[in-house]
Amino acid sequence: MEIILAVVVGIFFAGGIYLMLSARLVRILLGVAIFGNAVNLLIFTGGRLVEAAPPVIGRAEGAAQVANPLPQALILTAIVISFSIFAFLLVLAFRAYQSLDTDDVDEMRLAEPPLNKPPLHY
Amino acid sequence: MMYISTIIGALGLFLSTGTVLAAQTASEAAGGAAADQAAAETVPGATATVDPLLTVATPLAAWLAALPIALPLLGAGLTLVLRNLPRWQAPMALIVLGLTALTAVGLSAVVEATGPIMMAMGNWTPPFGIVIAVDSLGALLVLVTSLVGLIGIGYARLDVGDEGVKYGFYSFYLLLICGVNGAFSTGDIFNLYVWFEVFLISSFGLMILGGTNIQLDGAVKYGVLNLIATTVFLIAVGATYGATGTLNMADLQRVLADNDAAPLLTIAALFVLAFAMKAAAFPLHFWLPASYHTPKVIVSAIFAGLLTKVGVYSLMRIVVMLFGADGAVYMPLIVILGVLTAVLGAMGALAQVDLKRLAAFLVVSGIGVMMIGIGLGTQQGLTGAIVYTVHSILVMTGLFLILGMCDRLSQGGSLLQAGGLYSARGFAAALFLVFGFSTAGLPPFSGFWPKFILVEASLAVEGSIAILGVLGIIISGFITTIVIGRAWALVFLTPQPAGAPAVSAEPVNPAVIILAGFVVGLGLFPAFVVDPAINGAAGLLNPSAYVTEVLGGR
Repeated sequence: MEIILAVVVGIFFAGGIYLMLSARLVRILLGVAIFGNAVNLLIFTGGRLVEAAPPVIGRAEGAAQVANPLPQALILTAIVISFSIFAFLLVLAFRAYQSLDTDDVDEMRLAEPPLNKPPLHY
Repeated sequence: MMYISTIIGALGLFLSTGTVLAAQTASEAAGGAAADQAAAETVPGATATVDPLLTVATPLAAWLAALPIALPLLGAGLTLVLRNLPRWQAPMALIVLGLTALTAVGLSAVVEATGPIMMAMGNWTPPFGIVIAVDSLGALLVLVTSLVGLIGIGYARLDVGDEGVKYGFYSFYLLLICGVNGAFSTGDIFNLYVWFEVFLISSFGLMILGGTNIQLDGAVKYGVLNLIATTVFLIAVGATYGATGTLNMADLQRVLADNDAAPLLTIAALFVLAFAMKAAAFPLHFWLPASYHTPKVIVSAIFAGLLTKVGVYSLMRIVVMLFGADGAVYMPLIVILGVLTAVLGAMGALAQVDLKRLAAFLVVSGIGVMMIGIGLGTQQGLTGAIVYTVHSILVMTGLFLILGMCDRLSQGGSLLQAGGLYSARGFAAALFLVFGFSTAGLPPFSGFWPKFILVEASLAVEGSIAILGVLGIIISGFITTIVIGRAWALVFLTPQPAGAPAVSAEPVNPAVIILAGFVVGLGLFPAFVVDPAINGAAGLLNPSAYVTEVLGGR
């Protein structure tokens, strides 16, 4: 089971990185989202998988098998954070598209204009 | 292009699959140790030996460790709730940051006197819960952060205007300080990731304050690349948990010390990659000069002072202190990257005509110098890197503030049009030189001592790496001197261009003067920073006091 999930994580990473290498902002953001989900899955797998076991039990029950609750807590935190930042970046990309009239990052040169030669004499 | 990206994508696939699998097999091979630890974390009650909750009351001094985080956080909430009282925002922020600075002074005094301080959140016995643990290094950086944050408020009032206040400048600003302080004082690597995101999201808010096109352009690059960097950091955190079963720094230090499994090398590489990107080290620095000149001056200044330094700090804390032997493999690489960053950053500054972009490249150059110190890996090298970090926080903030002023005075801040400010603004010219020469590392300013320590540390190390380090520091300092000298001559000495409006009589902001005072003061009395830095470096190389404080006798 862990090996299957590890391969899935790898596919997610590859897909995310591939999309992030695009010059189109929307694709980059989708790539970032997939990349983030790959990490969540990685943490989940890293915490070891057990089948059909509860993550939280009362002390009295003393079940033999318990799922590791810590990765779930970590992922929950990471999901909330990456969701909020992703939402912000989507709005930012839309505003940038409206104002700069392009979603191609190669054409976004306002902050990095072509270099003027610095003055060579005083 | 297509082929290259496909290859990189496939490489990503193998790398990540390999990492997870390796982590899996390693921990299974390690047998009981890691799995037991994970089980212990799962059901605190299952291990009969350790009580899951601390029974002793939190000592009073420990609260000091939490206050520099809690106060700005509360302040951010307060300014947000009272956003309809724009006139009260600045005084509230000033009071909150004043209190923060006071507690930070108290914190560093206590840490210097009695050693590291630990506070367990929710009284969970470490390593089960999240801890805040502050040692000399953390306390020193929290102190400088709080001071610079307090001084920055003085400048912000003029700079952001009513519009900025309306859109929550002070809330974001306080949250930024909270996040940076949190990153410097946490004792848990997942929690470190959370603090990274706290200051990242508030820096997004600050970056686009004003909403001009150039800001949107800069924010897109800043936002996406920084998010990728923190995600890489999270990958490394996840893999660390998979391989060791713990996230508490003190516990990790112990577990990693007697664990030399192969995946740790891969994980350390991921940490180096993530922090080098956050710190803007060559060749991962491109986002910084593309974005740092776009926001308001005070925002650029605070970013330049604080944000990249968190990356440098994390590199020290995690790669040097936690990964020890595994991290040492990457030290020569860090020195080489540091030399390249220092020299190429300075050369990049030489090629700029825009004053603020020039300063952004000088920030990158400074990161290189710190990385040389970290890469040397010796007590003296780390001391130099820590002192340089403190110096860089103060100087880069001041440099951006004074350049922002020159920018306004010369209507656009381009070296091609500026000129003739000297007769009207002699004092500003002097301050420009103070910050500029301090950046270059000339005495009697604060930049001289850390560079002196670092050159001495490089000479004490044998091998070609050391010579590289010395060359990198000297050459970057030399080029920086030229950059500053030329910019100064062009802005102040050359005749004023024809048809330029009269120079405004805007007084030099007190915040800049105070920062200049610190820069000169540190140059004259370096012991105030060097002494804690020596303790901090010793704590990184031999964290037994830190580990004992966090874990107790367990």
